[in-house]
Amino acid sequence: MPVTHPTPSSVEFIETHPTLPDYACDVLQVNDLHFSYPDGHVALHGINLTLCKGDKVALVGPNGAGKSTLMLHLNGILNGGKGNISIAGLPVTDKNLPQIRAAVGLVFQNPDDQLFSPTVFEDVAFGPLHMGYPEAEVRERVEQALARVRMSAYRDRLSHHLSVGEKKRIAIATVLSMSPQLLVLDEPSAGLDPRARRTLINLLKELDITMLVSTHDLALAREIFPRMVIMDEGRIVADGPTAELLENVPLLEAHGLEKP
Amino acid sequence: MHADAFDRYYAAESPLHRLDPRVKVVVTVAFILSNALLPDGAWAAFGLGWIFLLLANSASKLGVDFTFRRSFIALPFMLVAVSAIFAPSGQPLAEWTMGGISLVPTDAGLIRFGSILLRTWLSVQAGILLVAVTQFPDLIHAFEHLRVPAVLTTIVAFLYRYLFVLTDEVLRLLRARDSRSAALPGQKSGRTVFWRAQIAGHMAGQMFLRSYERSDRIYNAMLARGYAGQMRTLRAHLMRRRDWLVLSVSILALLFIQLIGRIG
Amino acid sequence: MHYAPAPLHIPDGFLNLVVSLIFWALTIIAVGIAISKTNKALGEKQVPLMGIMAAFIFAAQMLNFPVAGGTSGHFLGGALAAIVLGPWAGILVMTAVVAVQGLLFQDGGLLVMGANIFNMGILTAVIGFGLYRIVSGSANKTLKLAVAGVAAWLSTIAAALLTALQLWISGTSSLQIVMPAMLGVHVLIGIGEAIITVAALAFIMQSRPDLLQAEKVAEKGGRGWIAAGVIVSLIAVLLSPLASGDPDGLERVAEDLGFLEVGLDAPYTILPDYTIPFLGETALSTIVAGIVGALVVLGLMVVVGGMLKKRNA
Repeated sequence: MPVTHPTPSSVEFIETHPTLPDYACDVLQVNDLHFSYPDGHVALHGINLTLCKGDKVALVGPNGAGKSTLMLHLNGILNGGKGNISIAGLPVTDKNLPQIRAAVGLVFQNPDDQLFSPTVFEDVAFGPLHMGYPEAEVRERVEQALARVRMSAYRDRLSHHLSVGEKKRIAIATVLSMSPQLLVLDEPSAGLDPRARRTLINLLKELDITMLVSTHDLALAREIFPRMVIMDEGRIVADGPTAELLENVPLLEAHGLEKP
Repeated sequence: MHADAFDRYYAAESPLHRLDPRVKVVVTVAFILSNALLPDGAWAAFGLGWIFLLLANSASKLGVDFTFRRSFIALPFMLVAVSAIFAPSGQPLAEWTMGGISLVPTDAGLIRFGSILLRTWLSVQAGILLVAVTQFPDLIHAFEHLRVPAVLTTIVAFLYRYLFVLTDEVLRLLRARDSRSAALPGQKSGRTVFWRAQIAGHMAGQMFLRSYERSDRIYNAMLARGYAGQMRTLRAHLMRRRDWLVLSVSILALLFIQLIGRIG
Repeated sequence: MHYAPAPLHIPDGFLNLVVSLIFWALTIIAVGIAISKTNKALGEKQVPLMGIMAAFIFAAQMLNFPVAGGTSGHFLGGALAAIVLGPWAGILVMTAVVAVQGLLFQDGGLLVMGANIFNMGILTAVIGFGLYRIVSGSANKTLKLAVAGVAAWLSTIAAALLTALQLWISGTSSLQIVMPAMLGVHVLIGIGEAIITVAALAFIMQSRPDLLQAEKVAEKGGRGWIAAGVIVSLIAVLLSPLASGDPDGLERVAEDLGFLEVGLDAPYTILPDYTIPFLGETALSTIVAGIVGALVVLGLMVVVGGMLKKRNA
C-alpha cells in the first residue's frame, strides 16, 4: 500500500497552548529513534516526537505501524537502536531506568499482564512499595489512585474476579499510584462494551496528566485528545490537531484509517 | 518473544530427516548407552563414536559441525565432575597445597574426568541432532510406538502446544513488574528479598489459575470437536527397508565401537 | 531463549549405568502407578489439564526475583504441583516437564532421565504432598501454608541430597565436595522455593480454594502419603548433616552394605575409594547441619501439632 505523504500544512506541528519561555516541553522528547527487531524487521524509521506538559495525544495508525514498539521504548523495555529519548529531561539509559519507570506509567493493552497480585490494593500498592515509600504514604497513594479511576470500592476485591473494564481501570490505577509524569496507554478501549468505554472516556478526560494513548477508536480520539499523531510503517506521517486531521479523508484512508 | 523460540527443529531435505522417528530415537539412546558402557580411557572408541556422530551430522545436511557448534551447553555442569581428578586410586601426578587443603591429582582421576567429559559431550550432541532432524509431534508419536503410555505422551503434546503461550504470558507479567519496579534517587527501593519472592509467588498463583481455567475452555473446545479420550494423529509411521537397514548398521557400528573400547 | 539449566538436571555421562537403570526402574513403577491412579480418579478431562499444568510449571520456572548482586532466585515447582494437583497428577506433570526439558533442550540427559524425574518429580511429590496432607484437613490456613513452605524447602533439599548421592555412588564426584556444595546451595534455593510455593498457594486459596486437589484426595484417604512423606523427610534431614560432616562414615556404611562391589562386570571400578585429605568438617557443613537440625525440631513440632489438632477436631 503506497504511503502518500500529507501536504506540509497538516504536518506542521501546531502547539495547543501558548509558548512560554520556561514552559515544560520536555515531558517526552524522542529524537530520531530507529529500531529493528532481532529478526531484521525494521520497526521504527527515525521517530521524532515532543510532548509538553499537559498534552493529551492520540497515537493512531494501522496494526504493525510501530505504535507498540514506540511505546515500549518509552520506559526502556526496548532499546538498542539509533536515536535517543528523554523523559522530563532525563535520558532513557540503563542507568536511569529505575527513575524512568517512576516517571513513565506504561499501561499494556491486556490488563491481565498488569495485574499480578491477589487483591486490587496490593496491585496498586506494588509500585509505591517498590519505590520505598513508607506504609502510610503508600496507603494514601493507593486511595488517591483508586479515587481517580473511580474504583475506590474495589480496594479489597480480588483482581482475578473483575470484568475487563474494571481490570483496565485498575491497571491505570497501578501506575497512577506512582505519580508518573507521563501516562502511556496501549489501546485502552479495546474489548470494552459501550458502558465501560464511556466510563473510560470520562476517566481519561478528567485525568490531569500528560498522556500518549494509542487507539484504533478514532471517535474516542476526537472526544478526548486535542492532538493526534498518525504512524505508519515505522514513521510519523502526521502530527497535528485532531479535528483537522480527521477531516483529511485521503490522509486517513492512505494509512488504513476511517473517519469516525 | 518469538513464536518459534522453543523450536529446535531445523528443516532440510535429508536422508536423516526422512528416517523413521523410531529409528532415530532408538539409535540416539543406543549411542548414549554405548558411551556409558565404554570404560574410562577408551579414547579410540570415543573417537570412533565422534566419527559416527560426524557422519550423522553430515547425513542431516545441516553441516558437519552442526552439533559441535551447539555442544557446549553442558559445560557448567562439568564443575561437578572436577573432583574426580583427585581420586586417590592411581599414580599421583602432583601435589598442590592451597591454604591447608592438599589436592593430589592422579592419572586415573584425570582419565576418569576426561572420559566423563567425552561421554557428556558426545551424548549432548546426539540429543541435539535428534530434535534437529525430527519434528516434535513425530517424536511424541515415536515414543507412543515405543510403548510409552498415551496419557504421558498426550500430556507432553499439550505441554508443547501451550508452552509458548504460557511462557509468553510469564514474560509479559515479568515485563509489567519491571515496568513498575522504580526507584527514586536517594530512596531505598525494592523492599526485602522476601517480598520480591512473594510477588513472584503471587504471579505463579495467578498463572496457575489462568492455566486451570484455560484448560476448561480447551476441554470444551475439544468436546465440541468430538474428542472422546483418544488423541489421533494423521501421520502413519511405517518402517521401510531403509529404516531397518539404518537401524541394523548403526547397532553394528556401536557394537564395533564397544569392541574397540575393550581391546587393549 | 534465556533458559538456564538448573543445578539439579544431571546430564548424560555423570551417572553410571547401574544407578541410571535403578532409578529408571523406580521411576517407571511410580509413573505407572500414577497413570493408573489418575485414570481411575480423574477421567479424560484431566489430560488436557495436566498438559497445561505442565506448561505452567515450565513457564513458572522462568519466574525470577532479584536476590542480591545480580543473582536471582528460581522455582522448581514439584511440591506445589503435588499439593495443588494431588500427588499422582503432580508426578505426571513433573515427569512431562523434566522429559521435555531433557529431550528438547538437553537440560538433563536421556539415559539419566529416570534419576532426574525421580529427584525432581517423584521425591518432591512425596515430601510435598506427604507433609501437606497432614494438615490439609485443618481449617487453620496459616498452618497449612507454613507446612507447605517447610515441605517445599525440604523437597528441594532432598532432591539435592539424592542428586549428590547419585553422583557420588557413580564415582563422578567426591562426597566431601559435592555434598556440602549441593546442600549448601539448595538450602538457600529451597527458601526461595518455599516462599514462592507459599505465596502461590495463598493466592489460590484466596481466589479459588475449590481448586485445591490435596483437599479432595484427603477426603478419600491418602494416609500412606503422610507416612512416606515424613519418613523420606526424616531420612533427608538426618542424612544431610551426617553426610556433610562425616562423609567417611557414609562410605564405611556403603562398604559394609556391599555397594562398592555392585555393578556390571565393567572393567572399571564403579566406586573408587575417596579418602582425600580434605577438611572433614568445613564451616559450611556445620552451619548446614545446624540449620537443618533446628528445622527438624520445628518440623516435628508442626507435624505433631497438626496431628493433635486433628484428634481434637
